[in-house]
Amino acid sequence: MMRKGIVLGLTAAMVLSLTACGGGKTETTKAQEETSGGKSSFSVAMITDTGGINDQSFNQSAWEGLTELKNKTGAEVNYIESKQASDFVTNLERLGDSGANLLWGVGYACADAVLEAAGSNPDIQYAIIDNAYENTPSNVTGVMFRAQEPSFLVGYVAGRTTQTGKVGFVGGISSGLIDQFQYGFEAGVKYAAKELGKDIDISVQYAESFSDAAKGKAIAARMYSDGCDVIYHAAGGTGTGVIEAAKEADKWVIGVDRDQAYLAPENVLTSALKLVGKAVQEVSEEAMNGKEIGGQTLTFGLQEDCVGIPEEHGNMAEGVYEDTLKVKDKIKNGELTPPTTKEEYEAFIAK
Amino acid sequence: MLNSLMLFVGITLMYSTPLVFAALGGVVSERSGVTNIGIEGMMTIGAVTGATVGYYSGSAWVGFFAAGLAGGVIALLHAFASITCKADQTISGIAINLIGPGVALFVCRLLFDGATMSLPVPHKIPKVFGSLNSKAFQNLNVDVTVVIAFVLAVFIWFFLYKTKWGLHIRAVGEHPAAADTMGLNVYKIRYICVLVSGILAGLGGASMTLAIIPQFTPTAISGQGFIALAAVIFGKWTPHGAYAACLLFGAAQALTVTLGGGRFAVPSSILAMLPYLITIMILILFVGKSSAPKASGQPYEKDAR
Repeated sequence: MMRKGIVLGLTAAMVLSLTACGGGKTETTKAQEETSGGKSSFSVAMITDTGGINDQSFNQSAWEGLTELKNKTGAEVNYIESKQASDFVTNLERLGDSGANLLWGVGYACADAVLEAAGSNPDIQYAIIDNAYENTPSNVTGVMFRAQEPSFLVGYVAGRTTQTGKVGFVGGISSGLIDQFQYGFEAGVKYAAKELGKDIDISVQYAESFSDAAKGKAIAARMYSDGCDVIYHAAGGTGTGVIEAAKEADKWVIGVDRDQAYLAPENVLTSALKLVGKAVQEVSEEAMNGKEIGGQTLTFGLQEDCVGIPEEHGNMAEGVYEDTLKVKDKIKNGELTPPTTKEEYEAFIAK
Repeated sequence: MLNSLMLFVGITLMYSTPLVFAALGGVVSERSGVTNIGIEGMMTIGAVTGATVGYYSGSAWVGFFAAGLAGGVIALLHAFASITCKADQTISGIAINLIGPGVALFVCRLLFDGATMSLPVPHKIPKVFGSLNSKAFQNLNVDVTVVIAFVLAVFIWFFLYKTKWGLHIRAVGEHPAAADTMGLNVYKIRYICVLVSGILAGLGGASMTLAIIPQFTPTAISGQGFIALAAVIFGKWTPHGAYAACLLFGAAQALTVTLGGGRFAVPSSILAMLPYLITIMILILFVGKSSAPKASGQPYEKDAR
């Protein structure tokens, strides 16, 4: 009996110590904020999704945006990391109580939580990354990215780079969001093919998972073995496997969301960037300057310089980067409109 | 055609290897009478240890062994709770599954500047044929871990069924009281088996983060431990059965990969179900009744009658 007590105690202690770690982190960030700011009148705060603040993806990018905002305008900034989805609402409420004027939910996973918090705190402004509501309340702003635009650019790079005339796309779980990546990419490839006057085959496969790196690797290995020499992935954790397959086969791969060149410097051709931090900074600044931002969904793309490709282009052939910049200008001035859905894509290639 | 076939075999082996390590661990533990559903947590710990030590030491093998040790340490927690303290083994296993990812992320953030994924290791576990460039055999150039997993499966089968010690383990798992009467130390044998089980699970995790991909990510281990657990039952608690079950699962995944990609008009979400459907079908049609070691899951009380 006593032994069972020990076990229970041990388990409880271990679980508690884990929660304590999470809590501790928040305390330190709060303490930092109190020492650094305090006088500023405008306060912006964000909650991360479960990836955490240093996820080398959009949470990190969003926080960098807020840090930039603080340096530029002196606004008070703060964040709370969410350990699990059930923390979202609690964390939003906590930040709301601490007197924030604008609260960011990072990632579509926070969508419901933001809506709930916005409903109970009508005097606080909310914004969310990667989500568009059907009915946006007046104190909520949706922030979306035109992912088809950088995807089109990397598609163009892929089309110009392929020697075998075959490129591939590996998707995570098929959805409207990933469709933007897929059809933007396909259109970019076809655009390059037309320019070069040749046929380029695109094979598309979904892993139906954002976490199965082994499957990503297997799919990419199959594509490379079928003759593809450039693959673009929009598959999160599954994509780590895609990049690894490129390394093993010594073929090209295109990264997503951030510059993924550090994962395989010899094999990452370029990356389709999504600069979440920049959008966060801009929207926060507008709200700070008293502009009414609520009740709508804002989209960011090349026009706003919130998506793009990295400047480093050592892996691209001569002139490809420069031509890609020309394509970029064409998208910016409206000459080209990258498709986001199958229908738009079919209309695009029919032209 | 031949190329596709080799690709199919290559993917099957790659996919099944982490599962094989973990499932063998499950077999050893269950055979001694301790249910280990904490495999997933132990794999995660092994995965993060392997990638971290591999990165800092610059040697994949050092990382691989460290991963085994780390898995073993976590397994000792399970052993202490379920053997010494006679706690419910399922609950202890669940606790380990909850602790594993938490500790893994904590360690990763501590050592990699707050990031939730580690940096790629400089040298991965090598391939069987080294860095050969022959296009024909590239798809069969699997990781060395594939071979290690196979050798381990043969060894554990031999050990369990052809040696005295194997007989002891099985006796302890079937009827601990009788084994005790014959002078076997039930607690010691169970401790060793759970420890070995943790080591194998740790190696399984590391074979993911040191061979398949070269880094730890929060999603590197997502469900493999549970699939391995299913493979143990599917393989009727035998090493060879569990090995075959893991291969079958890998082959089913390889099938979805080779069938996918738009050449056939099968939606990929349907294809993604295939491995699980095939598993259930084979379970129903061919495997028949599978029964666990009799004392599996029951703590042994020395004087209980």
